[in-house]
Amino acid sequence: MINNLWVHPTLVLLIGALVMPLVPRVLKKPYLLLVPVLAFVSVLHMTNGTFGVVPFMDWVLTFGRVDGLSKVFGYIMTLMCIIGTIYGLHVKNDWEHMVAWTYVAGSLGVIFCGDYLVLFLFWELMAFSSVFLVWFRGRKESLFAGYRYLLVHTAGGLILLAGIVLRYQATGGDISFGPIGVHSPSLYTWFIMIGFILNAAVPPFHAWLPDAYGEATVTGAVFMCAFTTKTAIYALARGFAGMEILIPLGVCMALYGVVYAVLENDARRLLAYHIISQVGYMVAGVGIGTQMAINGAVAHAFAHILYKGLLFMGTGSVLYMTGKSKFSELGGLYKKMPLAFVFTLIGGLSISAFPLFSGFVSKSMVISAGFEEHIYWAGFLLTLASAGTFLHTGLKVPYFIWFGKNHCSQETWDKAADPPWNMLLGMAIAAFFCIFIGSYTPYLYHMLPYPEAAAEFHPYTTYHLAETMQILLFTALGFFLLIKKLTPEPTISIDLDWFYRMGGRGFYWLARKPIQWVDSGVNEFYRYLGLIPLMTTARFASWFDWHGIDGAVDGAATGMRNLGGFLRRMQSGQLQYTIFYAVTILALFLAAYVLA
Amino acid sequence: MLVKFIDFLRDRLKAVVVLCCVGLVFLVLWDIFFVSKEHAHTWVEQHIPAFWSIFGFMACVLIIIISKWFGHLGIMTREDYYDK
Repeated sequence: MINNLWVHPTLVLLIGALVMPLVPRVLKKPYLLLVPVLAFVSVLHMTNGTFGVVPFMDWVLTFGRVDGLSKVFGYIMTLMCIIGTIYGLHVKNDWEHMVAWTYVAGSLGVIFCGDYLVLFLFWELMAFSSVFLVWFRGRKESLFAGYRYLLVHTAGGLILLAGIVLRYQATGGDISFGPIGVHSPSLYTWFIMIGFILNAAVPPFHAWLPDAYGEATVTGAVFMCAFTTKTAIYALARGFAGMEILIPLGVCMALYGVVYAVLENDARRLLAYHIISQVGYMVAGVGIGTQMAINGAVAHAFAHILYKGLLFMGTGSVLYMTGKSKFSELGGLYKKMPLAFVFTLIGGLSISAFPLFSGFVSKSMVISAGFEEHIYWAGFLLTLASAGTFLHTGLKVPYFIWFGKNHCSQETWDKAADPPWNMLLGMAIAAFFCIFIGSYTPYLYHMLPYPEAAAEFHPYTTYHLAETMQILLFTALGFFLLIKKLTPEPTISIDLDWFYRMGGRGFYWLARKPIQWVDSGVNEFYRYLGLIPLMTTARFASWFDWHGIDGAVDGAATGMRNLGGFLRRMQSGQLQYTIFYAVTILALFLAAYVLA
Repeated sequence: MLVKFIDFLRDRLKAVVVLCCVGLVFLVLWDIFFVSKEHAHTWVEQHIPAFWSIFGFMACVLIIIISKWFGHLGIMTREDYYDK
C-alpha cells in the first residue's frame, strides 16, 4: 500500500519509539540520533504527489499528500526533532524520548494527511502523547497542569470532530481535507476552525499553553513549543487561507501575549506567552490569505520553531542547572553561564527580528502583506507587538537572568554553570539556523509554498532596515528608562484558565454541598419509609438464600474472585500508564494496518 | 573571554551609555536625511520625521504602562493563589 519509495516519517518515528526499549544502553545515544535523522531524510527525499492511500471501510484514507506546503512543514518539524533530541540526549528516561517522538509523529501525520479522519487520529495522538512531557516533570503541579491540558485538548478535539461529522453530512460523505470555502462559512466551518485555533492558542482558547509549557520538563517544553501550535498553523493555512476573522484574532493574540509577558515572572511562562504573540502573526497571515501572506505565515512558523526552540533550550538549561526559572530567583548569571547567555541572546535577537537574524526575514513578510492589502491597522498593531517582543524576549529575559540584580540564593549560584555538551550542541545548531536563515534568504524562501512570490520579496531594503533599527533601538531606550517598572515581582497572573480551574472547584463544591445534601435527604427518607418493608423482605431473602442459592453462588463467586485478582495484578493503578498503554496499542494497530 | 569582555564593558558603563545615545542620534539623523521614503506605505511614515523612532519608543512605554496598570487591577496575584 505504501509506495516503495515513499516512507512516512511518522512511521519512522513511531517504530523508532517502539523499538527504543530494546536498544542496549551503549547504543542508546547513536540510536537517538539515528531515528530523527532518518525521519528528516525521508522528508528530504519526498517528491510531490499523493502516497499512502488506504481504503478503509467506506472511505479512502490518504496518509501522504506531499506538496509545497506540507513539505516545508515536514522539513522543519523533523529538523526540530533532531535538534530537540540532541538537546535531550542526557535524559535517561526512555519514556520521555518515546513520547516526544510519538508527539512529533502525530504532528507529521497531520501535516501529510489528505483527509479529516487521518487528521483527527493524529491530532489526538499529539495531545495524548505530549501530555506526558508535562507529567514527566514529576511535580504535583505538573500532574494537575497535564490533566488540564488534556481536558482542554479533548474538548477542542470533540469540537473538531463535531465539525468533521457535520461536514461529512452536509457534503454527502466528503472527508477530504483542503480549502474549506471560507467565503461561505457554515456551522461546520466554524466548528473545524475552533478545533484548529484552540491548538493554535488563539484567545480565548489559549490559557492551556502557558499553563502546560511552564510546567513541562526541560526537554519536553522544547518539543512542545514547536509542534502543537505550528501544526495548527499548517492546518489553518491549508483550510482557512483568506478567512478574514483570523486577521483580528491574530492581531489580538499578538498583543495579548505581549501584555501577559510584561507581567510574567517565570521565564518559561514568559516565553510561552510570546508563543501566543508570535503565532498571532501567523494566524493574521493566514487570515490575509494572499500568496505573500501565506508565505509569510509559513516562513514565520519555520523561523519561529527554531528561535523559540532555542529560547526554551536556553532558559531550560538555566532551569536544568539551577532548578530555577523565575526572574525573582535568578540574576547576574553571565559569569557562570556565558554560553547559554549567548545562545539565548541569539534566540532573542531572532524573535525580535533584528537584521541578519531569522525573524527579520519572516515577520516582515506578514506585516508587509498587511500593508500591501491596505489593512493598515493590522500592520501598525503587529509592528507595535514586535516592539513588545524585543522588550521581553530580547531584553527582559537575558537582562533579568544573566544581568540585573542578583537574586540567586547561594545554592542556585553554586549550581549554576554552562549545561552539558549535548544541550550546548542543540542550542548551537538552532542558533546557526537562526543566523543562516536571516543572512541567506534564498534558503528559506525557496522552500515556501509560493517560491516565485517569495523571490520577489526583499527584506533588506534601506527603508526597512531604517524602520526596524529605529523601532528596536528606541524600544531598548524605553526599556532602560523604565527598567524600575519591570523589576520582577514574585506573582502569578490570572488568565482565562481561571474559569475552568475555579469552575472545577465550583463543581466540587456543588458535589460536596447541595448534591450531597439532597443525597443524604433521600437516604433519610429511604431509611424511614423503606426500612421496615425492607427488613421483612430481607428476612425472607436471607432464609431463601441460606437454603437455596448459597450452593450455586459459591462456585461462581470463587471464579469471579480469581478473575478479579488477575485484573488487579494487570494494572498499576496509575491512570497515566493506562492511557499510555491504550494510545500505544492504538498506534501499533495503525502501524500494522498501514504496513499490511 | 566573553565574561572578561562583558566585565570590561560593565567597568566603563558610562562610556557605553554615552556611545549608545550617540548611536541613537546618528540613527535618527540618518533616517531623516538619507533614507528615501518613497516606498513607505502610509502618509505618516512619509511626513513625520523619524516616525519609527517615535513609534518604537511610544510602543515600549505604552506596553509597559498599560500592561502594568492592567496587571495591578488584580490580574497579578500571589503565587499560591490556586493552592489555597
